[in-house]
Amino acid sequence: MGRRAAAVAGIAEWKPLRVWDRPMFTLEACAELAALALEDAGIAKDEVDGLLIPPLQDSPMFGPSAAAEYLGIPANFGEVVDLGGASGAGMVWRAAAAIELGVCETCLVLCPSVPPPPAEGGTRPGRMRMPAYLGGDAWGSPQGAFEIPAGMVAATPSFAQVAKRYQAVHGLREETLAKVAVQARHNAQSNENAIFFGKPIGIDDVMRSRRVCDPLKLLEVVMPCFGGAALVVTSAARAARARHRPALISGFGEHVSHKSIAYAPDLLDNPIRVAAERAFRMAGAARDAIDLASIYDCYTITVLVTIENAGFCPRGQGAAFVDERDLRWDGGDWPLNTHGGQLGAGQPGLAGGLGHVTEAVRQIQGRAGKRQLPHCDLAYANGTGGMMSEQVALVLEGA
Amino acid sequence: MGTRHSADGRPIPWPNPTTRPFFDAARERRLRLQRCPRDGFFFYPRSRCPRCLGADWEWRDASGRGVVHSFSVDRVGHLPGLERAVPYAIAIVELEEGPRLTARIVDCDVDALRVGAPVEARYEDVEDVTLLHFAPRSA
Repeated sequence: MGRRAAAVAGIAEWKPLRVWDRPMFTLEACAELAALALEDAGIAKDEVDGLLIPPLQDSPMFGPSAAAEYLGIPANFGEVVDLGGASGAGMVWRAAAAIELGVCETCLVLCPSVPPPPAEGGTRPGRMRMPAYLGGDAWGSPQGAFEIPAGMVAATPSFAQVAKRYQAVHGLREETLAKVAVQARHNAQSNENAIFFGKPIGIDDVMRSRRVCDPLKLLEVVMPCFGGAALVVTSAARAARARHRPALISGFGEHVSHKSIAYAPDLLDNPIRVAAERAFRMAGAARDAIDLASIYDCYTITVLVTIENAGFCPRGQGAAFVDERDLRWDGGDWPLNTHGGQLGAGQPGLAGGLGHVTEAVRQIQGRAGKRQLPHCDLAYANGTGGMMSEQVALVLEGA
Repeated sequence: MGTRHSADGRPIPWPNPTTRPFFDAARERRLRLQRCPRDGFFFYPRSRCPRCLGADWEWRDASGRGVVHSFSVDRVGHLPGLERAVPYAIAIVELEEGPRLTARIVDCDVDALRVGAPVEARYEDVEDVTLLHFAPRSA
């Protein structure tokens, strides 16, 4: 069943850090991550003929050719993917599709998120700061005229609107959202690379944390940080001869519906509904057959509405689902984000989104170490970009 | 850049040829929306209707009334220039004419605000442009 034409063969992931100690240009980070991922897969660089990258800070135009030149990889497929937190997952299915079409055979999926070295005479790079306007201040951008002046900036005010609407329509206790954060932190205690390793929290900690944008509180918001992640995606045939168990890309879907949250067709019916339905149908897999859910979690509310809209429970039942299920890696009846998710491990830019895929691959390949699930043959991973505006669903299957 | 900042540091719109009629009307305390003969009102101002891509829309005065579709009370002040004005309410307002838009809810007790609350337009001149806010109204 499923497409099964391409698979993830290798992964690379840097430990997320609040202050990055090895500043480098984005192209340099691409080269570092490429070398690590290829070594992990046991695949030679000369076999790579596809490159997928996000918009690169130091090559904002002609990105694929800049990467091909810098890495010394003449590519038959070069793609810039600009889907925010869904970029990593979006790169994975584009690579799989290109491979199945015979456009290329082996792709590097690269998500660097590190600060550049300071200009000569400049100061050391500071802490991670989210750009508040997220590109909406370009001349002619509707957001610059109608969202930014009203205060709908950064991301938290937008996701808070989703949570508040959910409360009003379906009912939602703040403790339910807090449970998502608490269990993410619990899972992060199994991940030495997590930002919050060694720092478990309880429901009361979340409830008492600073109110940011009602109803969201500080501990329901990801910690932005630096890092990087990469994958090697190759044909199923090549993956079968690689170092690890192939994680076949058996289903995928994408849906992009709006940019600003005010214009979402429905605040509570998110793009992942279409994307996940396509992914599961393509994979020929049932929702209840998955061994792991690896769901993008920039905020607690993102998890709840994604569970619901991806079809793991009926509409309006997301809060009940979270209340009733145990999302922990160790003994939970519905293990979610075994690495701690971004709420527990940190959000190193786009690498945080790709991290939901790398963790699914790790579990399928039996390489999750202490937090290895006893059985992981089928995983659901997704990405969410913008303001619940662009979402990608993947179904991964062990060969 | 499509966003300017006022002397007091707030981001303010920079009207362009497409959005100018909206902001000119707001200066006169009128909420004007584009209306497509097939698909009805839409927001924000566009060159073509987002449903049918028709260009035969017209500007029409709207009631200026709506309800709070959702909102959040921002307690840290994500909006530059308003950090010291916290807490303030940002809402998605559903207009009587149908479209939704983003606006601050002013002249209100933010802790008493509710989804579904009836609101009406308020206007604030900031330098050469006018901001559209909403405030609670009796239903």
